[in-house]
Amino acid sequence: MTEITTEKARIGAPSAQPYIDGFTEEGENLSPLNTGTSPTTAEQAPPSGPLAGASAKSHSHGGGVGVPDSSRAGRLTSYKLADFKPLTGLEEDWRFTPLKRLRGLHSEALSGTAPSVSVTAPEGVVVETVGREDKRIGLAAIPEDRVSANAWEHFTEATVITVKAEQQLDGEVSVVLTGTSVEAAAQHIVIVAERFSKARIVLDHQGTATLSENVEILVEDGAELTVISLQEWNDDTVHASSQQAKLGRDSKFKHIVVSLGGDLVRLTPSTRFTAPGAEAEMFGLYFADAGQHLEQRLFVDHAVANCKSNVLYKGALQGRNAHTVWVGDVLIRKEAEGTDTYEANRNLVLTDGARADSVPNLEIETGLIEGAGHASATGRFDDEHLFYLMARGIPEDVARRLVVRGFLNEIIQQIKVPALEERLTEAVERELAASDN
Amino acid sequence: MSTLEIKDLHVSIETEQGTKEILKGVSLTIRTGETHAIMGPNGSGKSTLASTIAGHPRYNVTSGSITLDGEDVLAMSVDERARAGVFLAMQYPVEVPGVTMTNFLRTAKTAIDGEAPALRTWTKDVKAAMQQLRIDADFAQRNVNEGFSGGEKKRVEILQLELFKPKFAVLDETDSGLDVDALKVVSEGVNRAHATGNMGTLLITHYTRILRYIKPDFVHVFVDGQVVEEGGPELADRLEEEGYDRYAKGAGAASVAAASAAQA
Repeated sequence: MTEITTEKARIGAPSAQPYIDGFTEEGENLSPLNTGTSPTTAEQAPPSGPLAGASAKSHSHGGGVGVPDSSRAGRLTSYKLADFKPLTGLEEDWRFTPLKRLRGLHSEALSGTAPSVSVTAPEGVVVETVGREDKRIGLAAIPEDRVSANAWEHFTEATVITVKAEQQLDGEVSVVLTGTSVEAAAQHIVIVAERFSKARIVLDHQGTATLSENVEILVEDGAELTVISLQEWNDDTVHASSQQAKLGRDSKFKHIVVSLGGDLVRLTPSTRFTAPGAEAEMFGLYFADAGQHLEQRLFVDHAVANCKSNVLYKGALQGRNAHTVWVGDVLIRKEAEGTDTYEANRNLVLTDGARADSVPNLEIETGLIEGAGHASATGRFDDEHLFYLMARGIPEDVARRLVVRGFLNEIIQQIKVPALEERLTEAVERELAASDN
Repeated sequence: MSTLEIKDLHVSIETEQGTKEILKGVSLTIRTGETHAIMGPNGSGKSTLASTIAGHPRYNVTSGSITLDGEDVLAMSVDERARAGVFLAMQYPVEVPGVTMTNFLRTAKTAIDGEAPALRTWTKDVKAAMQQLRIDADFAQRNVNEGFSGGEKKRVEILQLELFKPKFAVLDETDSGLDVDALKVVSEGVNRAHATGNMGTLLITHYTRILRYIKPDFVHVFVDGQVVEEGGPELADRLEEEGYDRYAKGAGAASVAAASAAQA
């Protein structure tokens, strides 16, 4: 008799744990620790709109009542580190992260040397290194957590990459960030895709670093931008990256995260719609080995009408204490009529001893939408799968590759840079080969 | 002409209560072109025999042998057995995440044949075989067995049987859970594969129903890990009328076995 041991986590079911504090069937509740602060809206930020979240808005009016804690819109946002309380690990958005392994990104002054930035771009793309006072800084992003705010407080210079209006790039812009130090550092990148431009930008993170990074992405009206963030760090790297995109009217934005290397990597990508007609696709691929912590928390803010978003993150895990976290927050505000959104997370657990947390959250404040869905499933590749494939003549190593490659390929093929797709396919194979030892 | 020979096979499994012997000396010889039906009540060890032939790691062979044309099957890994020509149509085919049917079928065919099938004819063969088994064309793009109904999974097993062309097919309760229409479709598939004349079939079933569509040359009755009676197709008819009760009556299965051995 064969036993089928496939496990599936369904919508609203917190994976691996029967009960998690602060959790309801509908989604996460913000921890009370995050309330009661009085954030100040930074001067650069507009008084309302996407950059100042609802809480900031209410506070800026001296109200302090704000939206209920359970809403993603109520998250504190501020450019000032002091507005964020020291982390305890009990906060809603930090409860899965092992703070002890953050190497001070949340508590120390980030004075280390940031990874070097080397940009290779097609002609016409403007690459600048600017100081903190540059007027483009703060246009697209505002920190949503202490680690991001810490980087904002401490970065000394920023790299600004501008794709000029109506410029259609043939090749991709390659931004290689190479870390050489484990001292905690801050980094700031600004990407501007001007009106009706079309470009693909690769942020290629390599080497060794302890880094908090803010990436601001401004997609102007009618622009079409793809940003691919690769984390192929060495094993000793700790990396937190807030990647916030602000989308103009009828723009198209595609964001792809690939996290393979590093001891702890925590990405918080967000997309904010500021005008109707825009589309966002957010994809992610992560492969966690023994002891690795790979976390992704994304936010799609449907603040205006008639925008579309589609989110798909896929992760593979192998080895003892491989841990992945995926939290997907999609907020459809009252104004966002005609929204069409879907988010999904799929995890494939390849060995015992790994843990995948997956939390899809969908908040809907208007019923006048095209569609809204969310899904999460975590499956195991176990001995029965292996037996089935081997019983069809397929050798064990081929069987494993077949499953993992097939599973992750859906994301890789979104990249559409052949050389990069090949490199990542090979990287995934290497991850797999590591498990054979 | 090939021969699959099972000799005095003893198989046990590890359970929470300790080691449990399930097969207690099974001997069977199947030749190309023959269809053997193995029938028996639940828990008699039929499926254990099937899984042991395929090499499932849960089953420990404590003594006896399985050979394919003299080659020691028990010494082969699971994939080697499949490449040697043994095919197990599983009772509960598992869903394999991340692998499309198309990709899976081609990979398996390549592994079994030792070379990739010619793309054009292969695609045509797959399509035709799917059509005959009334499998929707869009199944090819879906992940292996994912979201398939019980009947669909069984049809996909027979699809593989037809495409991989094994020397010996072991069908582990392929008929259970099928409605009459699906049973006919599946049986036709097995008969087509058998009609090529290059395959021997070991058909494991709880019910006699499938034997109306697939004609066995030999029937073996399994009780408590042993073959207690053997005969031709007429034995199946008798089982249909009388059930398995008479084997379990009286002094128990072991003595039934002894009695049948004495008669033989």
